[in-house]
Amino acid sequence: MGTLAHIGRYFILLKATFTRPERFKIYLNRTLEEMDLLGIKSLGIVALLSFFMGAVITIQTKTNIDSPLIQAWVVGFATRQSTILEFSPTIIALILAGKVGSNIAAEIGSMRVNEQIDALDIMGVNSAGYLILPKVIATVLINPFLVIVSMFLSIFGGYLVGMATGIVSSVDYLQGIQSGFIPYHVVYALIKTVVFAFVIATVSAYQGYYTKGGTREVGISSTKAVVYSDVVILIANYALTQMLLI
Amino acid sequence: MIEVKHLSKRFGKVQVLTDINAKFYKGRINQIIGKSGSGKSVLAKCIVGLHQPEEGEVLYDGKSFHAMEVDEKRDIRKRIGMLFQGSALFDSLTVLQNVMFPLQMFGEMPKSEMAERAHTCLQRVNIMDKDKLFPAELSGGMQKRVGIARAIAMNPEYLFVDEPNSGLDPQTSILIDDLIKELTEEFNTTTIVITHDMNSVMEIGENILFISGGRLAWNGSRDELLDTDNQDLNEFIFAGSLMRNAKEFMRGKSSGKR
Repeated sequence: MGTLAHIGRYFILLKATFTRPERFKIYLNRTLEEMDLLGIKSLGIVALLSFFMGAVITIQTKTNIDSPLIQAWVVGFATRQSTILEFSPTIIALILAGKVGSNIAAEIGSMRVNEQIDALDIMGVNSAGYLILPKVIATVLINPFLVIVSMFLSIFGGYLVGMATGIVSSVDYLQGIQSGFIPYHVVYALIKTVVFAFVIATVSAYQGYYTKGGTREVGISSTKAVVYSDVVILIANYALTQMLLI
Repeated sequence: MIEVKHLSKRFGKVQVLTDINAKFYKGRINQIIGKSGSGKSVLAKCIVGLHQPEEGEVLYDGKSFHAMEVDEKRDIRKRIGMLFQGSALFDSLTVLQNVMFPLQMFGEMPKSEMAERAHTCLQRVNIMDKDKLFPAELSGGMQKRVGIARAIAMNPEYLFVDEPNSGLDPQTSILIDDLIKELTEEFNTTTIVITHDMNSVMEIGENILFISGGRLAWNGSRDELLDTDNQDLNEFIFAGSLMRNAKEFMRGKSSGKR
């Protein structure tokens, strides 16, 4: 099957996904469950990554701009800008593509090979809508929350490491993270996050939904979900940055 | 009644079904039999609309399924109950939630009545005490029974059963066969059973269709089955060396002995 055929089938699946739900209440309950499973349960890994990401950015920035011509507060400024503009929205999205994307593809793929999706179709349930729509809504709603938490923890991680190692003073770091703050950059990051969340949920669901074969193929679908989600995220990242920042 | 007219299906270059013409009668157990890979499951999936045939049509009470609008197809599907070969129960739901699922999606009754209906269905398949367990905690036979309970939850007019005896011990197979027979009589369903279990055919089969090489090779009653001179069918029925000598035994069963 060629790339164009896959793209066409992806959009056909999206059309089936975004049709009127049979029962709003059931979809709402499923969305809340998915927010917990795909979002809240990812909070731990996001927090851990973000904290150390901020710490590393601070140390690397300091070692790269260790010059008497550059003021000390620039370390805090660079940590904040890197975190908000790129690291929190993009790196966290790539990590979530691995965690959440593989989960979505494996779950839906297993349902496909075990004929559970056929069972839904035969009952007259719109299987694409029932299985995919709650995951898309859940990730689109919860991922911005995760990214905001990531931003705070990353900047806080940089602050703590700066203090602990003595490479930047508390006053300089705090001055840096407040200097030249442009609120639109947070909006830009959140727009990226929403797009990336949509990509993770739909690309992974597509891979799972069209799984053919057995457990081996479920594993292949899961891997493809992560790889293709990552590729689309990177392309979308470039496109959105050019559209929204230039 | 369900009628299939000139139905052909292929996957890529592989022709799986060729010009199938068949009738499946209301209130009777219609069995599709054949070797593994003969196309019987594909035929069933074409009938319920999971596969789109290249040629031919499927008529539900005279109306062509494939010519129907999406909403009409959904309405037909709400009248179908299906037991899959692997039961296809939803792993994340308990037994009770599995049986309640179609009621919650389409039923117009309060939740307490749905639970009552689901309990009635579980009682009907004699598996009442397992309602809080998850499918993974059940044996294969129990999963089949829960699958049947889910299939009859919406009082289906058409009951499809794919390989109900596969992976089951002979005793449980007989229980499942008896259940299918009782439900067909009770709900007056058009029941279609896909099987290659000859014991099941001799126990409950009424209208039997033999698929061989993707074609309908034979169609008739259980009694006619034993007197057929169709070579493929005879080879299929009496495939095992023990079974070759069992023809008279099978005749005995067919005439009502058990």
